[in-house]
Formats: sequence, structure tokens, C-alpha cells
Amino acid sequence: MHSLEVKISAAKAAGKPALVPFLTAGFPDRSSFWPTMVELDENGADIIEIGVPFSDPCADGPVIEAASKEVLQQGVCVRDIMHGLMDRKGLFSADLVLMGYYNPFYQYGLEKVAREAKEGGVTGFIVPDLPLEESEPMRSALRKEGIALITLVGPNTSLERMKEYAACSEGYVYVVSVMGVTGARNSFPPELEETLLRAREAFSLPIALGFGLQDPKQLAGLSEKARPDAVIFGSALIRALSDGQSAADFLARWR
Amino acid sequence: MKKGYFGEFGGCFVPELLIPPLREVEEAMETLLPKDAFQEELQLLLHDFAGRPTPVTKCPKLSKELGFTLWLKREDLLHTGAHKINNALGQALLAKYMGKRKLIAETGAGQHGVATACAAARLGLECEIYMGSEDVERQSSNVARMRLLNAKVHPVSTGSRTLKDAINETLRVWIREQATTHYCFGTAAGPHPFPSLVKLFQRVISRESKVQMREHTGSLPDAVVACVGGGSNAIGAFAEYLDEPGVRLIGVEAAGSGETGCFNSASLTLGTPGVLHGNYTMLLQNADGQIEPSHSISAGLDYPGVGPEHAFLQKSGRVTYGMVKDANVIAAFMRLCRTEGILPALESSHALAWVFDHPQEFAAGSNVLVNLSGRGDKDLGIVTGYLGSDFMGEGE
Repeated sequence: MHSLEVKISAAKAAGKPALVPFLTAGFPDRSSFWPTMVELDENGADIIEIGVPFSDPCADGPVIEAASKEVLQQGVCVRDIMHGLMDRKGLFSADLVLMGYYNPFYQYGLEKVAREAKEGGVTGFIVPDLPLEESEPMRSALRKEGIALITLVGPNTSLERMKEYAACSEGYVYVVSVMGVTGARNSFPPELEETLLRAREAFSLPIALGFGLQDPKQLAGLSEKARPDAVIFGSALIRALSDGQSAADFLARWR
Repeated sequence: MKKGYFGEFGGCFVPELLIPPLREVEEAMETLLPKDAFQEELQLLLHDFAGRPTPVTKCPKLSKELGFTLWLKREDLLHTGAHKINNALGQALLAKYMGKRKLIAETGAGQHGVATACAAARLGLECEIYMGSEDVERQSSNVARMRLLNAKVHPVSTGSRTLKDAINETLRVWIREQATTHYCFGTAAGPHPFPSLVKLFQRVISRESKVQMREHTGSLPDAVVACVGGGSNAIGAFAEYLDEPGVRLIGVEAAGSGETGCFNSASLTLGTPGVLHGNYTMLLQNADGQIEPSHSISAGLDYPGVGPEHAFLQKSGRVTYGMVKDANVIAAFMRLCRTEGILPALESSHALAWVFDHPQEFAAGSNVLVNLSGRGDKDLGIVTGYLGSDFMGEGE
């Protein structure tokens, strides 16, 4: 079993969804990023997704786009992130996943990315502009190092298409809750239940729900079968940190 | 070759949520577009509404000066003033056949936005245009035109607030609105199937010019020259000649001011391969894979990427790509105005400038066809601004 799956199963065994915060690398600023990572790790994060900034993030809403722009202006790049991780290997008990658009990884070199990511303790990647047909080069580079390329599906992904993904998916499945970009929303669309059930049917992997999460109460309307094994929150966390809330306080309401 | 690829370039690098609408467009392209009813309706629109066919015009005075015969394919005479209308009408009609009720589109200079707004008005579709807030300010008359045509114009104030950010925003909106909306992509770039779809609608340029050049000269042109930003007019101007090895094809990019390290839009000449806006192509980017801002004196060429088929044609050697500096573009603009009485768009002036600057490239007596992709009325402010007060006072 992939270590990401192990992490999520352990949370499930304890009767709760695994907590997966997303934090843009270098946010809120270069000096407080790593301490914030530690704070998330110490306060119940099972997996932490680290956002790798890109100048043209076409799947992101305004909060994450602004955070990306800010850290790019501070000079954050793939090399920095890799070296930061390699310097801190073993520091985090949470699993680490890198989430970013394809071009910065591609320019760094896929094999180098995979090698250094492994060296830095990364167990998964999420690349939102890499659909199944384009994913093979990165997937095989990562697989050589035992790193999962996480599959993303959404409300308009058919069961048939999910099954195509299932054949090569590892770690967990990222279910995008809404037809839209990242960003906190007050409620989920009625078809979310169906999307989650479809994903359950297609995949044997744990299901993580993301895009739009800001409050555990949002999950209350879902049936037990549809309820996700892991919850991902990015924009809501970044906004809370921007508003001066601590990572620990933010996580407290999810624990 | 892998689907949606031109050699190693192209592809479909988009979020999974955009795969279903892109497949829907691909299917419509394969099933609805070839239908007689569609083709007849499109022909009628191009003929009666847009003003096709456009002529090829011989330039007698310039030909005498240059030593070879210069011909212009007159896309500047089309409704809305440029080749953009060919694609906008095609995609708008396709959207209607697909049962969509709304068009969304990005625009840089506003030419594609205006063309899309016209096509939407003509075909009874709603229309919303996304435009970088910097461009909204620079191109206010086109914004007014779009609004008069009943399009909603949304300024995009993220990123560099120009065309590339407008594309990002339109992709985001399309994720949300795909059920009712078609994304009328403006150039032969972006994710598959857009590079192929836009080429299908722009190849009318070379389909016509091939027949016209035969009528005028008895043979094919010796060379075809077109400017390249995203590359839609160039791919349309080249398409029918790609399999004619006797015809030289030359694409011309914008070099910017020409100072060392200046911003430019010459992604083929100065860029490196990478992924942006759904395709693997030549890009202006830094070593970290972040996209660099582009610049051109002509807003229509101001883009840090280029259509993937051009990247392929460059690599295969079938098309030669060069670039031209702003000052030479202005000189070419003036020269055409004064010798032939035609006011070209600054975009098209890049193609002219390359020909004027490289007369030795063309044998005496040969026929050189320049695609005059648009007219220059929209550029008067930029040109007079560039020439400064001396020019404005001249002759008064």
C-alpha cells in the first residue's frame, strides 16, 4: 500500500477524515513558511500539499493565484522548494505532496524533480494541467522513485473516464467538488454526492475532497458512503493565515 | 502522430474538468463542421457578411523599387478589419450547431473580441469578452465597439493584466460555464483541438490566394510571408502551400525595440519549449519555467507563446521564421501608406518590413505574396505617438 493510502487509512481507523492542508511554498513569507509547515504538522495534518507557484495558474481562484504571485516576486522556485525539503528530511510526520503546474517541473527536469522530491521525503505530486493522456512521462519518472501522481476528477468526469484513470492511479483520488476553480465556497452543489459515489465505484483508493472546503459542516449533507476519506483545504487556510489566524487555530475546528 | 500533436508540439495540457468540453468541440469539428448545411451557411456568412473573397493586390511602385513583384492578400478589407472574423464566424456558427447559447473569448488588442462580438450579434448568441485590464486601457475604442455590439467586456486584473492572463481567466470561466457556453479561442494555439480548428477556419486565406495567384501570374507565388503572434493568420496563409515545396514560407515575429534584453514577442526565434495554455510549444520563459511578459508595438502580436504547428514547422524547416524591430515596422507601415495608398495594421507591417529589409532574399522577377492580415486604422494612435510631434506638425 502506498504511504499516502496508509496515512489516510490510519485517520479513517480513528474515525475521522484525514486532514490535508494546502500551503503555497513561501507563504505567508519566506521566513515563516517552514515554521507554518511545522505548525500544521504538529496540529493534526495527515498530509500537507505544498503549492509550487506558477505565473499562469489557470485552475486556481483569486486567493491562490495572489499567493503564487506574491511568492514568485520573492523568488520562490522549484529548486528552493526541493532544497528546503531535502534540508528538512524526516522533520515532518505528515506525508508531503507537491502541487503545481507542469511547466516549472518540466523545465527543472522530470527525473531530477522525482529524484530530489524523494530525497526530500515527498510521496505524491498533483499536477492540475496534466490529464491522463499527457501524464505518462511524469508518471513514469515519479513511479521510479515510488512517488504517486495523484488523479484529479470532478463533477463532469464520467464513470468510464474515472475507470481509465483507476488503472494507473496511486495514493489517493482528488475529487474536485465543483465546476470551477479553487476557492472557498459556502455550499456544495447537489451533484457532489453523485460525483463522490461515482469515484467510489471507479477507484479502490481513498477519496479526498477539495476545492471550496472551509467548514466541516459542509460535509454534513453527504451520505456515509459518499463521505470523503480525506479533506483538502487551501484557499480557506491561506485566507485565514492572511487574516492573522494561526495554522493551529485553523486546524482545530477540523480535528 | 499522437492526437492533437504536430511532431512533438501541441497536446492538451488542461485541467481534467476541461477535457469534456474540449472533446465536445473536437466531436463537433469532426461531425457537424463537414456537413453541407454548415458549410453552406458558413460560406454565405463569409461572402455576404464578412466580404470574402478578399482580392490580391499587386503593388506596382514597390515592385519596381524592390526588383520583384510584391502582392498583398487583402484580409484588411474584411468586415471588422482583419482575418480574425474568419475564425470568429466559423466558431460562432459551430457553437450554434452545438446548441450553445453563449460565446466567451479572450482578446488582447481587441480585434478578436470585436470579431467575436460581431459574430455573436449576427448569430443571436450572448457574448462575454475577457481582456487584460492594461489592454482595456490601451485599446479603449475596441472596448467601446464590443460594448456597442452588446458584448460584456470583463477587465482581467490578475498576473500581467494582458492577453495571457485574459486566456487564463477565460479558461477558468469555461470550466464553470461549459454546459451552455463555447470558448471561441482566438488564435491557432491553446489546447487541442483549437490549433486545428482555427487553422480550418483560416485556411480560406490560402485557398483563395492560390487560385488568385494562378489567375494573375499563371503560377504559384515564389514566397508567402506572414506575421506571427499566436500565428492564426500565418497558418491560414501557409496552409494550402505546405505541400508545395516550390513555395517559400516565411513567418515574421516581433523583436520589440531591439535593445539587448528588451521585451519582445519572438517566442520561435528567442524562446524555449514548454507548456502554456494547454499546449507544448515555444515560449518566452525564464529558467524556472515562469512565463515572461511579452511586448510588441503591435498589440496583436503581443503574446509569450505561439501556435504549436509553427513550432513544428520551424523545427522541420518547412517555414523560416525571422523577426523585425519596432522602428523597421513603422518604416514599413509608412512606406506602404505612401507608395500604394494602403494603411496596413502594425501586425501585418512586420511581414512587410521583413520583405523590405531582405530584398536580396528574393530573385528578380519573382512573385512574393504578403498576407496583409489587417488594416491599420486601429493603430493610428500608436503610430502618431511613435513618430512624435514633428510628424504631427508636418505640412500644417
